[in-house]
Amino acid sequence: MKYAFFLGCTIPARSRNYELSARKVADKLGIELIDVEEFICCGFPMKASDYKSAEIMGAYNLCLAQEKDLDICVLCSSCASQLTEVAHSLSEDGPDREQINDELSRAGLKYGGGVKVRHFARVLLEDIGIEKVKEHFIKDLSDLKTAIHYGCHYLKPSEIYDGFDDVENPKSIETLVALTGARVIDYPGKKRCCGGPVLPVEENVALSVAKEKLDDIVDAGADAMCLVCPFCSVMYDDNQKSIESEFGTDYNLPVLYLTQILGLAMGFDRKELGLNINVVKTKKILSKLGL
Amino acid sequence: MDKINLDQADSNFRKELASQPGGETISACFTCRTCTASCPITAVNDKFNPLRIIRMALYGLKEEVLTSDFIWLCSSCYACQERCPQGVSITEFMTLLKNLAVKEGNMPTGIRVQRDTIKGEGRIYPIDDFDNKKRAKVALPPIPTSCNVVEKLFPPVRN
Ligand code: SF4
Ligand code: SF4
Repeated sequence: MKYAFFLGCTIPARSRNYELSARKVADKLGIELIDVEEFICCGFPMKASDYKSAEIMGAYNLCLAQEKDLDICVLCSSCASQLTEVAHSLSEDGPDREQINDELSRAGLKYGGGVKVRHFARVLLEDIGIEKVKEHFIKDLSDLKTAIHYGCHYLKPSEIYDGFDDVENPKSIETLVALTGARVIDYPGKKRCCGGPVLPVEENVALSVAKEKLDDIVDAGADAMCLVCPFCSVMYDDNQKSIESEFGTDYNLPVLYLTQILGLAMGFDRKELGLNINVVKTKKILSKLGL
Repeated sequence: MDKINLDQADSNFRKELASQPGGETISACFTCRTCTASCPITAVNDKFNPLRIIRMALYGLKEEVLTSDFIWLCSSCYACQERCPQGVSITEFMTLLKNLAVKEGNMPTGIRVQRDTIKGEGRIYPIDDFDNKKRAKVALPPIPTSCNVVEKLFPPVRN
């Protein structure tokens, strides 16, 4: 199993813990993640201001994977949505693709269709399979109570995602987490957005949206939150302190990436999974797990 | 919320929207309010209401919509679009409005900075040597600190 590894912008700059843990888990499962130096921003953060340019950036990245004859594996849900959407709209030969290829010709590239884009979690489920993933688990995480945050662009818009999960009743991430023995607890507002895209527009609105979910999760009694997108992590992990001081609340809720949870079950240690880089300290869950 | 002044309606706006991606489906709206009820932004801030924006657009209130601050509050979460019983592409429509507002010169500073950074550097968070040092410390491979292809993809005339 070999993929062009699309890191995007946020992960290499702000989420080394996600990248580290994903590389460890991939290694263990025999997934080869090929780094492509020339990849640029997926275009997602520019969709609101200039969606044509965002599409050009997406298509440029698809071309680089095409040149290597590889499908793309992403860690960020926004990258997943942007690149999948562009791949979807350029999948057929026609005026849309011609127009984009006109733009790409300035960089000496031409997109021919056919590159598949998938989130890391989806690759685990579809290409590796839960049985094989489970074979590599050596630690039981049954003392951990997790609340899953799916976020938006991991699943939506559903029309571009071939129905790999159900938007109104998603199961894919908890299926993977449950394999470790960890308990998945339900909470109201599970499908709510993190508010991240509003952060550069009106910080207080974005933080209010994130706050509602933290309230719900802490009320439900979770030890940790589990997510699959660095944008969401910026809201819940990086900004948890700001939310606490803005609204006078107290959460102290560790925010883990799916790959950090899977990595713990595989027996990797704290540093190998970048758990020491998480903003909200993760020590209390590690001691709860006897790690 | 201020009263809407229908005198400023631009009767062409509806047609203008209908001919662009994201705008084709809005006239199918039958005001059921599912979008507003699903919206995580409305839940924390009643200044923002997707149905109201759709109605304003259908009434032709071009100026008022495109100069508003509220269109920028949409987080593009797709909660509304996934549930609309009429198949209105509400999220795509919000994206279209934001793009049209930018063409008229209206955009929040934060969004402008993001766009200019990406078009100039190829990344929203450009990587410097210090980032690469931190990466090297945990045995992660280096990331290029500059990007030349954006100049080719976005020659100055586009900006
Ligand atoms: S959900 Fe659809 S039909 Fe209902 S009010 Fe919103 S846009 Fe209109
Ligand atoms: S996409 Fe925008 S309008 Fe629709 S529910 Fe999300 S924030 Fe609200």
